[in-house]
Amino acid sequence: MTYDVAVVGAGVVGCAIARALARHPRLRVALVEAQDDVGQGTSKANTAILHTGFDAVPGSLEARLVREGGRLLAAYAAESGIPVEEVGALLVAWDEEQFAALPRLAEKAERNDHHATGLIGPADLYEREPHLGPGALAALHVPGESVICPWTTTLAYATQAVRHGVDLHLNSRVERASRQDDTHVLTTGRGTLRARWLVNAAGLYADTLDRHLGHHDFSVTPRRGQLLVFDKLARDLVRHILLPVPTALGKGVLVAPTVHGNVLLGPTAEDLDDKRATGSTADGLALLREKGRRILPGLLDEEVTAVYAGLRAATEQDDYRISAHPEQAYVTVGGIRSTGLTASLAIAEHVTGLLTEAGLDAGSARDLEPARMPNLGEAFPRPYQRPELIAADPEYGTLVCHCERVSRGEIRDALTSTIPPAGLDGLRRRTRARAGRCQGFYCGAAVRALFEGVGE
Amino acid sequence: MSATREVDVLVVGAGPAGLAAAARLAAAGVGRVEVLDREQEAGGVPRHCAHGGYGTLLHPLTGPAYARLLITAAERAGAVVRTGVTALDWAGPLALHTVGPRGPETIGARAVVLATGARERPRAARLVPGTRPAGVYTTGELQQAVHLYGQRIGSRAVVVGAEDVSYAAADTVRTAGAAVVAMTTDLPRARTAPARALDTRLRRGIPLLTGTTVTELVGHGRLSGVRVRHHDGRTATLPCDTVVFTGDFVPDHELARRGGLTLDAGTRGPAVDGSLHTSRPGVFAVGSVLHAVESAATAAREGAHAAGAVLERLAGAERHEGVPLIAEPPLCRIVPNRVTPGDRLPYVLRTATPLTRPVLRVTQNGRLLHRERRWTPTALPNRTLTLTAGWTGRVDPKGGPVRVTIS
Ligand SMILES: Cc1cc2nc3c(=O)[nH]c(=O)nc-3n(C[C@H](O)[C@H](O)[C@H](O)COP(=O)(O)OP(=O)(O)OC[C@H]3O[C@@H](n4cnc5c(N)ncnc54)[C@H](O)[C@@H]3O)c2cc1C
Ligand SMILES: Cc1cc2nc3c(=O)[nH]c(=O)nc-3n(C[C@H](O)[C@H](O)[C@H](O)COP(=O)(O)OP(=O)(O)OC[C@H]3O[C@@H](n4cnc5c(N)ncnc54)[C@H](O)[C@@H]3O)c2cc1C
Repeated sequence: MTYDVAVVGAGVVGCAIARALARHPRLRVALVEAQDDVGQGTSKANTAILHTGFDAVPGSLEARLVREGGRLLAAYAAESGIPVEEVGALLVAWDEEQFAALPRLAEKAERNDHHATGLIGPADLYEREPHLGPGALAALHVPGESVICPWTTTLAYATQAVRHGVDLHLNSRVERASRQDDTHVLTTGRGTLRARWLVNAAGLYADTLDRHLGHHDFSVTPRRGQLLVFDKLARDLVRHILLPVPTALGKGVLVAPTVHGNVLLGPTAEDLDDKRATGSTADGLALLREKGRRILPGLLDEEVTAVYAGLRAATEQDDYRISAHPEQAYVTVGGIRSTGLTASLAIAEHVTGLLTEAGLDAGSARDLEPARMPNLGEAFPRPYQRPELIAADPEYGTLVCHCERVSRGEIRDALTSTIPPAGLDGLRRRTRARAGRCQGFYCGAAVRALFEGVGE
Repeated sequence: MSATREVDVLVVGAGPAGLAAAARLAAAGVGRVEVLDREQEAGGVPRHCAHGGYGTLLHPLTGPAYARLLITAAERAGAVVRTGVTALDWAGPLALHTVGPRGPETIGARAVVLATGARERPRAARLVPGTRPAGVYTTGELQQAVHLYGQRIGSRAVVVGAEDVSYAAADTVRTAGAAVVAMTTDLPRARTAPARALDTRLRRGIPLLTGTTVTELVGHGRLSGVRVRHHDGRTATLPCDTVVFTGDFVPDHELARRGGLTLDAGTRGPAVDGSLHTSRPGVFAVGSVLHAVESAATAAREGAHAAGAVLERLAGAERHEGVPLIAEPPLCRIVPNRVTPGDRLPYVLRTATPLTRPVLRVTQNGRLLHRERRWTPTALPNRTLTLTAGWTGRVDPKGGPVRVTIS
């Protein structure tokens, strides 16, 4: 069988593209992923901020797609039950130089169509953030910056895509790609796939796949970001996303609440050559703690519940590398560096546009059935807080993971969902089971037993 | 939410401490004594300690046997033990929101006893860098996996730590049919009974790497090794597919914190006076949540002791604030951490550095209240030190803080 379109890479970007294509009933779409789950690459390990795009490079493709994507995703999240909290950001100036940069950032925000920023003085700043470390001079308040659940987002796209007929091929790394008689032939670890059109959304490996098709437009240099997640008991220490004034290397180290009720500290920015270097390092963690101590001293007294690192797909250029190659029936979606979660839905629109412009006949479009996702957000009622749900099914009142208050009902639902988890990490991203302060001391074995189906 | 149901005493946590408190309260004739536990089975940590080490010298017991004994005692005395019910948060000074399969319920009481226990710090909290592979355990998870669920755990394990619980972890690894590649500790020697350390090292052939820190976990998907560094600078990678982080206990103080109870800086658990009363009148705390962790016998003794104080409170006794009790370095903590004249519960302490022939001194405003030479030749970190309470009658309730020093 030959697919109309094959999307390589089931990260947040590939899943969004597959979902957009699923609106066209006549298209047969394959979503091809090397790993055993969706969203196992950079999409699982980021800072989880739904950006406004206030600080993007004005006029760039990224600036436009982040701005549009942010709005699209906020609306989509409301429809799908993806937790989002619009907490707003504060760009905190700690010295004169940073203080002097704030008006320029406000101006840049204007040029990015964000007209609501405001400078606030120290008194107002400390009133808004009473636990902020001493010495902050002022801040730029950026309303609209939000936090979101990255895992639920990717999973919602993929779930909707699969429910509307997209074939998800997991464990299928594309090892070779060639063209025969106007058809792409993809050699994967699990056999051969054919498709008339190809979308490369392979994240860190988009350059490799691009080369298979004869292009040498860019190369990906992984830029590692390490992060610390602090216990839920730290959540009351911070109300906004606390951003540093940006530097040349990136957005710098921030402190942000998460929708799961934790506090994030990070990320670092380290240029590497190893695309598998998703480990944390002693130096990285020491640096984060040093920065964190300045921003929010009380944070350092709290327990750390997770340490992780993600790799940004940085390239030679300061913009996304999205390009159509109509003669090859091929679109590259590369260099989606540090904003891809936010921009995902707009990237998907943009890519669908490029495909149809290049000659893909997508046929008519339909509205998709919304995917109602399980809520992992603390700002919305979780199953254990819903008496009507527990009355209907006591499994939602039977807690298994105590730190995160995950019920047996939620674990059961995840295991029988459209895209069930392939392992305990996938189960954690779907339910938060084992994601809390004890990291499995209490519940690890019980959760594993449920996963392995012997805990009934 | 739902209407509040009233009981006389609500105990949160059905481990040794909570069960002992409930048993004594019910035996003393308190009407409704209710113990909640969020697990499906009561018993607390001993449930999964299949090894011995519980009970008394004359009547040694395995953990599960000890847990059953305590559950039976509490239930026979008339306490109601409810499992699968989590105390979520406070609904008032002496009321808690709970949830279980039968839905939410708010329970009010005349007194609340917090017995929520403690956990080991997992890898993340210890900031051990590296990848995030499968095969990383704490002793608690390991014991449950092996003893309660019969799960496979891998074939070659490194045990991080060399205190009692670490040796229990090593035993569990072997029960699961896996080999212990090595035990590591950043201290200069093991902190367990010398005979046990020797037996493990010589008869079982498990090397103990002292002065050694775990610097990184390696492996994608599954753990493939643990990098270590010796204090002298040497480094090595220990190939293994399993690693167990043992000890380094922290109290489960979530309810105490959410309730705004005063915490003790040394223990991170709720601060308590000699009757184990917290800073909130009517709320008591017992067991590992006070001091993570001492023996189960200590936890149970505190449960019974607090029950006495609860009875007095129910009978209308006043609470005495007492004065702070401060453990001076190298002591790192003392429990109880407030003192009222006439307190009778012995104190448990820990030192941060090893000391030989230690002498404990208790003073208030420079006045010596008590001096005690330990009968043990040494005081070691991660080992319990006790101090009698015979001197508390000499405390001036209007004086300054009482200080405990060691030399
Ligand atoms: C530290 C950090 C912080 C960030 N913070 C934010 C933020 O706050 N907000 C935001 O919007 N964005 C943020 N980002 C960026 C965002 O995470 C990324 O832009 C986004 O996840 C990229 O998604 P993707 O689908 O392109 O890539 P990925 O998620 O990496 O997906 C690519 C997929 O392709 C698969 N693949 C690769 N090669 C092949 C092959 N040959 N065959 C089959 N499959 C293949 C991979 O396995 C992978 O699953 C951050 C990134 C990092 C690293
Ligand atoms: C691996 C390991 C090995 C040990 N080996 C020994 C040994 O050999 N000998 C020995 O004497 N001691 C040993 N100990 C120590 C001993 O187990 C503890 O001292 C003892 O269990 C403490 O009792 P506890 O009641 O304070 O807490 P726990 O036994 O921890 O019980 C606390 C209970 O509270 C419940 N709980 C917590 N929060 C809530 C809530 N919000 N709502 C409802 N329920 C809640 C928990 O589910 C748990 O059941 C060991 C400890 C560990 C971890």
